[in-house]
Order: sequence, then C-alpha cells, then structure tokens
Amino acid sequence: MSVDHATVRKIASLARIAVTDEQAEAMVPELNNILGWIEQLGEVDTSSVQPMTAVIPNHLRLRDDAVTDGNVRDAVLKNAPQAEHGFFAVPKVIE
Amino acid sequence: MTNLTDLGIAAIRDGFRKGDFSARDVASAFNDAVAAAKPLNAFIVETPDHALAAADQADKDRASGALKPLSGVPIGMKDLFATRGVQTTAASHMLEGFKPEYESTVSAKLWDAGAGMLGKLNLDQFAMGSSNETSYFGNVISPWRRNDGGNAPLAPGGSSGGSSSAIAARIVPGATGTDTGGSIRQPAAFTGISGIKPTYGRCSRWGIVAFASSLDQAGPMARDVRDCAIMLENMAGFDAKDSTSLDLAVPNWEAALSPDLKGKRIGIPKEYRVDGMPAEIDALWEQGIAWLKDAGAEIVEVSLPHTKYALPAYYIIAPAEASSNLARYDGVRYGLRDLPDGANLQDMYAATRAAGFGDEVKRRILIGTYVLSAGFYDAYYTQAQKVRTLIARDFDLAWEKCDLLLTPTAPSAAFGLGEKSDDPLAMYLNDVFTVPTSLAGLPAMSVPGGLDAQGLPLGLQIIGKALDEQSVLNASLAIEERAGFTARADKWW
Repeated sequence: MSVDHATVRKIASLARIAVTDEQAEAMVPELNNILGWIEQLGEVDTSSVQPMTAVIPNHLRLRDDAVTDGNVRDAVLKNAPQAEHGFFAVPKVIE
Repeated sequence: MTNLTDLGIAAIRDGFRKGDFSARDVASAFNDAVAAAKPLNAFIVETPDHALAAADQADKDRASGALKPLSGVPIGMKDLFATRGVQTTAASHMLEGFKPEYESTVSAKLWDAGAGMLGKLNLDQFAMGSSNETSYFGNVISPWRRNDGGNAPLAPGGSSGGSSSAIAARIVPGATGTDTGGSIRQPAAFTGISGIKPTYGRCSRWGIVAFASSLDQAGPMARDVRDCAIMLENMAGFDAKDSTSLDLAVPNWEAALSPDLKGKRIGIPKEYRVDGMPAEIDALWEQGIAWLKDAGAEIVEVSLPHTKYALPAYYIIAPAEASSNLARYDGVRYGLRDLPDGANLQDMYAATRAAGFGDEVKRRILIGTYVLSAGFYDAYYTQAQKVRTLIARDFDLAWEKCDLLLTPTAPSAAFGLGEKSDDPLAMYLNDVFTVPTSLAGLPAMSVPGGLDAQGLPLGLQIIGKALDEQSVLNASLAIEERAGFTARADKWW
C-alpha cells in the first residue's frame, strides 16, 4: 500500500495538522519509503496469534468511587493560552 | 582536594555522609560545571537554585542525623518529566513556556529522597529520535570526538541525549532518562556511560510527557552500574496514578549487587549478527562473552527468530500510540496556540499543530494516523500487535535455555550530526538491538565495553527476564569490572 498526495492531505486533515501543497508533496515519498519498509510484516504468519494487549501481565485495579482531586480550577487554567471567567476560551464555534 | 565533579553518585553520597565535603560544595561545583558547558547544549533550563536548596536541606539533615538515600546528590532531569514551576517542554515549541502545576511521580520520588535538580536536560522532540537532532532547542553535542583531529560534532544518541552528554562530560553525576525503543541505552552506549531501562511498569509514567504509552519507561543513566542501581531504587515503585504501574516492592538492588555469575546461563541470540555490522562491534561482543565466562557464567546460543520484524512493528505501534497521545496538543488547555485572523476552531487546531510540532513528530503522527485509519487498522496495527506477541514469545522461549542475553547495544559507534538526519529509515535502524526488548517490556542495560579505532565508546547490552533487574545489574557489573572502562572525553567545551 502506498499513499498519494490526496491521501497525505487526508491524513494530515484527520491529524489536524495544516500542510501546504508543497509540504504534502514532499511527504509522499518520505511516508511511502517508511510504509514500504513496514510492509514486510505481512510476511509473518500470525493466523494463530492473538494481538498483544498487555506487555507485562498486570490486573487493572478498581478504586473506591470517591472524589480524590479537585478544587484546582486556577491551577488547571494557569497554562491556558486564553482563559476567561474561569473557563478555557476558544474561537466562536456557532454562528 | 578532590575535584567534586569527578565523583559519581555513590562517591558523593558516601563522602557527604562521612563529612568529607558539604552538599552545598557539591551542588556549587556541578552548577559551575553546567554553566561552563553551554557549547554542549545539554540543558534547556538550568536550575542552580533548586540544586542549592536541596543541598542546604541535605546539610541541615546531616547535622540533625536525618539523612535520606540521595542526600547531597544533584542530578539532571530529562525535560520530559513534569516539574512543578519549572519549564517542561519535551524539547518542543508546542510546550515552550509550559510550567506544570504538578510534579511527575519519578521526579517527586527523587526529590523526596534528597536529590537536587541541576536543570532540565535537552532531548529529541517528544522523545522521537536517536541523535538528539529533533529538539526545537537545538542539537545536543556529544563531548566525545573522533581521534582523527577533525573535530566533527558527534551525536550523543537519543532521545536522552542531553542526559548522556551531560553525564559523559561530568557536568552531572547522574540523570533521568526515558526509553521507548532504546532512548536510554543507545545514548548511554554512544557516550561511554551506563543506563538501565527497567521492566515496563517499574517506574510510574505519571507526569512524563507521553510518547507511546505501552512502551515508555523511565530509568536512570549514570557513570557506572552501582550509581544506576542507587538511582533506580529511588525512581521505581507503585503509583496508583499510573494504571500500568506494577504493585510490587522495590528491591534493594544496590545491596544485592554481585559480579559473580556462577550458575547463570547467558544466551547469545544469533539473529543479532546483522549484515554490515562493523567488525569492531562483533569483536567487542566476543570480548563480552569472554568476560561473562570469566565471571562464571555459562554461554549458550539462542534464537529469537522474529527479531527482524521488531523494528517495523515498532514503527507502526509507536507512531500509532503517539498520534493518539499527541492529540491533546490542541491550543486550548496549555502550550502553544496559533490563531490566524478569522480562523475557526478547526483552523486553530491545524495551525497550532503545524507550528508547534517539528518534522519528525509530524511524520510519526501522520504514519500513526494512517495505520489506525479505517481500512488499514487490521493490516497494519493489529498485525503489528500480533507480531509483538511473537517477539515476546521468542524471549519466553529463550528463557527456557538461559537467564540473560548479551548483545551489542547499537550497530555502530556515535555518528556525526547531520550524517543520518536526512534519512529517517537509516536513523530508525540504529535501534535494531534495543527495540525488541522494549516491545517485550523487559529490563535491559547498556554498559561501556571499550573504544573503537576512532576512539569512540561502544556499549554492550544485557537483557533480562521481566522483573529481574538484579541479574541485569549484576551481569553488567561483571562486564564493567572486566572492561575497566576509564576513558573520558577530552574537555573542549
């Protein structure tokens, strides 16, 4: 499988990364070079193998359903590029 | 008087306890060394006041008889660990100026143990790289140079390149690293120092800027095996804030250090003899085998048949996880925001991420997005996770024949800056010996074995069973004692 200009634009859009036409064009051979190389995984017979889900056997823990954190609004907002009235501020999203 | 910056972690700890010097003297000596080493570009932020405050506390604690495990020891902190009130960037423009309101678990443990921070160490951007050439804050330069008189700047390895460069230059006695596919071990090998990636889950990931969460693991880097054991004891441990943290007691690795390998079987994986590997690395590997035999170990040949598929599997899994983890950088909650005139929310996301991420980070996000996208998920991601199962199984089968594995750490000595940066695939291949262990979550350590003909360090890697850091440390110690590696880079900075 390989990618073309349109596919690169599509995945850049899915990844929310703005790219110019020139950048997308430059990425086509770069990504195809990498994708061509990882293609060799197709040689491996995995028909009787389960995909790995946990690298070291470990059980997921449960904890009491209780509040353990909070009341730190100002700390949470401290690094926000724009915060107003105790909220994160973003460009208008409805007309 | 001893030059205090010539001392490692154990020597500083013990000398300070004996009263040979004050913690303030140690912190001041290293602060001065850091300030004088700007040409290495090992630090993004220097924090001399943090080191001095911890030292003053250590001096008080010594007077009152309340010493802690790392009292008097200053260290460097890879700038991937969130440090309260101190800029934490992951070497990215995206997080430039970000000052966390919280402390990572690993760094908090080190400060609680009495250590002080000399500064935040440079790295590859978001820990993605093997040469420290992807940092937004510039390349880190290795203190080492080839003996050809050319003075070409060399890569300190990556991603923990600031850590490796600073330790090799003796401007820090030890530092934290993180290892996703080799980011502790390969830089350690390139700079003639030691570094261990513990079993996945030993060190909490909480507060470490996430790259590939099923692979990321913190570990220590230092001048020798004992120093790594001391640091690791004070970094590891259960943390309820990390769902993959192992709920196990932290062993006393330092106390149990022993270079006697009688009864241990060391496996030599034949698949690690790759084409085009320099003869010097092969010779060092043979030398390592002889050293381990001399330490009492039995050598056995083993096979890890899926080794060649580890790198391609890694370059599906790690970018896939990265594309998901890095989705959090949206210009809303923290970090950079790029809001072009008249832009809507979607435009802001795209502009912010275009401006905030470097080329290699974008490349990996795009690969990750592609392999996870509809129609390709099974062919790429599921297949890679199945191959990962086979790679882990290879190790399990090897453990029926041996207790540890010995391999080279990297397929070459340090390369020059710029020599591989135009070819992502050539760069990826540098991690050929370290990635399989990461995929299987196993502990592995790099120790210096000797110098190549160009006068550059080469490392040997010991890989162990899950949770058996002790045997990894012990075999590494056996190599360290026999290698007698005392070479250091001539000071030019």
